[in-house]
Amino acid sequence: MVHSLIEASKTTSLDERSLYLRRLIVRGLVGGNRGHVGSSMSLVEILRVLFDDVLRYRPEQPDWLERDRFILSKGHGCLGLYALLADKGFFDVAELDKFCHADGILGGHPERSKIPGVEASTGALGHGLPIGVGLALSARMQKRDSRVFVVMGDGEINEGSVWEAAMCAGKHRLTNLTAIIDYNKIQSAGPTREIQDLEPLADKWTSFGFAAVEVNGHDLSALSEVYGRLPLSNERPTAIICHTVKGKGIPFAEGQPKWHHHAKFKPEQLAEIHAALGGRA
Amino acid sequence: MRKTCLDMVYELAKTDPRVVFIGSDLSPGLLDEMKQEFPDRHYMEGVMEQHIIGMAAGMAMDGHMPYVNTIATFITRRCYEQVAMDLCLHHLPVRLIANGGGVVYAPLGPTHLAVEDFAIMRALPNMTVTAVSDAEEMKRLMRATLDWPHPIYIRLGKGGDPVVSDERHGFAIGKGIVLKPSEASDPILLISCGVMTARALEAAEALEREGHAVEVVHIHTIKPLDEALVLERAGRARAVFVIEEHTVIGGLGSAVIDLMCEKGGARLPPMRKLGLRDAFAKLYGSQDDILADNGLSPDGIAASIRETLDSFPA
Repeated sequence: MVHSLIEASKTTSLDERSLYLRRLIVRGLVGGNRGHVGSSMSLVEILRVLFDDVLRYRPEQPDWLERDRFILSKGHGCLGLYALLADKGFFDVAELDKFCHADGILGGHPERSKIPGVEASTGALGHGLPIGVGLALSARMQKRDSRVFVVMGDGEINEGSVWEAAMCAGKHRLTNLTAIIDYNKIQSAGPTREIQDLEPLADKWTSFGFAAVEVNGHDLSALSEVYGRLPLSNERPTAIICHTVKGKGIPFAEGQPKWHHHAKFKPEQLAEIHAALGGRA
Repeated sequence: MRKTCLDMVYELAKTDPRVVFIGSDLSPGLLDEMKQEFPDRHYMEGVMEQHIIGMAAGMAMDGHMPYVNTIATFITRRCYEQVAMDLCLHHLPVRLIANGGGVVYAPLGPTHLAVEDFAIMRALPNMTVTAVSDAEEMKRLMRATLDWPHPIYIRLGKGGDPVVSDERHGFAIGKGIVLKPSEASDPILLISCGVMTARALEAAEALEREGHAVEVVHIHTIKPLDEALVLERAGRARAVFVIEEHTVIGGLGSAVIDLMCEKGGARLPPMRKLGLRDAFAKLYGSQDDILADNGLSPDGIAASIRETLDSFPA
């Protein structure tokens, strides 16, 4: 079952909207002449389905009290989030051209004080889930039905603070909290199974009190189906383990640790990337 | 001071729905009354300080005002990145209540001695750092926290500390208090914080009996420092001594001397930091034992001041 999800994630084809969102990411990469390529590309479908069909928010009123809270805890994947926020109108798409610029709002990691739609400043890893637990408890205290979604990287969950927060979320039976793992199997130094093996990953989340499910993180209908069933349990927080491909959509970057982060693109590299994604945004 | 501080959390919670208590793994039954009355605003989450700070940040982003309580070393060193990023970068009104600041936990050894807490908290943008002198002043600080929009570090003393503060002086976060003024034109100035103010006052009395004019300024807020008061009082002083239960690196003494060097004018008074030496504590015993070993008993303070004054050219 899991093996087939992993294999399917590698062959899932991308539709025009998924390619367009990746072109927006590349616009940011070109704008900043740097960025976490692989870490952003693996996230796109996870974020796309959330922002298209699941999250409640108002781009014209980012601090709307009743909104769902979304935290990109793997802050280095921020270009994926920026593509969605720009696409949804939280800020002008042209901001992507100023990625990491002194006069831009979009940094190499997202900041709450600068970017409409960013709930938490992340980049230091292992911070999103604890904050998410606080937001979920807060919503419960205020008797609001806001839900909280936290997306983490697979390397990120090496951090002990993630598991502290997981234990606490389980204790409080935070059914309004969903933890999503972008399990692309490659962390900065290499394959997760070599650097710090996470398996059995679903069992870990289950044992910490979550209802866990695994899904092909590039399969739009599978993601929609899982998100549509939230909360998976009426007594437990949810963990969605998304099997993804690092660098998805750029064939020569897929599954390659050296494309975790890249800077100073050569013109021929950019030409190849644009060709793979069907042009420029 | 600790009991007063935590009782005040409950008192504040009665009048302000933003107030939430979060503890790590503290005494059984702590704030039980609050737990009974406000079950969804009392959390005891276990030994997970990194998580607790992030959780408090999440609550504060959503309009709450969490008061987080655990042992001083673990609420500073253990979760420093969470304090820096989750609280200070987001600029959230979370209150860190630090049990056993300084060398209160003397018998427990260096793992439990918070001797650099001012330095590392003070280095963070947006953070407010406080150390009141006694339980009565703690009440005034706690009431003031409701209207202070920044993260606050609240250092607690041992408990049963003598009351030297006086409500007639009023209380405002960031404002120092001249606890013992001097009419002399150039008194010796003692600047102190936390429970060291009681010891500074004792040392001042001893020196006065010997004919010295001495003024004592109590700084309950190490950051933001009351620069105007320090500059005014230090500017006319014959000599300045900063007394703190903290390493001589980076605490109140450093803050005062930095300020004087930058804004104190062309002729600075002699200044000396009287704090804990730059070393892990070498003995157990009591708070007073370690303070005495560092020359910070009232007698030790007076002796250091005499020695320094004697070393000045006539």
